[in-house]
Amino acid sequence: MIKVILMLGVLICTSAGGEIAMTYGMKRIGELEGFHPRSVLRFLGRAVKCGWVWLALPLLAVSFYSLLILLSWAPISLVIPASAFNYVAGTFGAKYLLKEKVTPKRWLGVTLVFLGVLLVVATG
Amino acid sequence: MHEHRLRFKTLFTVLLMVVCANVGDLLLKRGMTQIGAVHISLDGLQHALLSTVQNGTIWLAILFLLGFTLCYMSAVSWADYSYVMPAGAFGYATQTLLAILVLHEGVTLKRWIGVFVICFGVMLVGQTKPNTTKQPQVAS
Repeated sequence: MIKVILMLGVLICTSAGGEIAMTYGMKRIGELEGFHPRSVLRFLGRAVKCGWVWLALPLLAVSFYSLLILLSWAPISLVIPASAFNYVAGTFGAKYLLKEKVTPKRWLGVTLVFLGVLLVVATG
Repeated sequence: MHEHRLRFKTLFTVLLMVVCANVGDLLLKRGMTQIGAVHISLDGLQHALLSTVQNGTIWLAILFLLGFTLCYMSAVSWADYSYVMPAGAFGYATQTLLAILVLHEGVTLKRWIGVFVICFGVMLVGQTKPNTTKQPQVAS
């Protein structure tokens, strides 16, 4: 069980880290101005030049592989709900790194996710 | 009439999104069961990497997960994030049900309670304002 919890830690850290880096990068790049091929290419061109996107991609790749490793070790009914802990890590990252405002209602939701994950992991 | 169509389109896309995510995860689990438990060593990780790249079930799972991303992106392009996001929470419950029905996994009452608490938490998060850093533009 300890190795499952450790790998879950790797999954959460890389997934939340990758998503935060991708969000930060996307906010610097700016919105996609429509779905015209020229707009999409311009958007991709800006994304390729952004260092944050290049930081996010390997983190998200490691997160996907840690999910695969976890699925090879533990039942899916444990792994998928436990991966919801990402909401908790992501909210802390959004508040302290992306400087987003987190309302009390959102904190309450995140606390419930945390408690639910604890319950699910306790059954492992 | 237009609102009725929009509601139907959104519900259909959200349902498709949950189906794609659930089937994708189930296929990932099936693929990893075929490959076997991954050993944490240089050789073990190398072998796992090669096996996953060569496994058809994993590629099929990736296709479903791409379908999920596509449905999610299109749904949030016309519907509220706070409407689409709770559907993701509903997916945790259906995933647990599918784990019992398809993979014959045993799920205890305590785990079910945990899953529903997670669903409720994600639904609460989904009801909050999706954008807290940028003020919406007000037409003058």
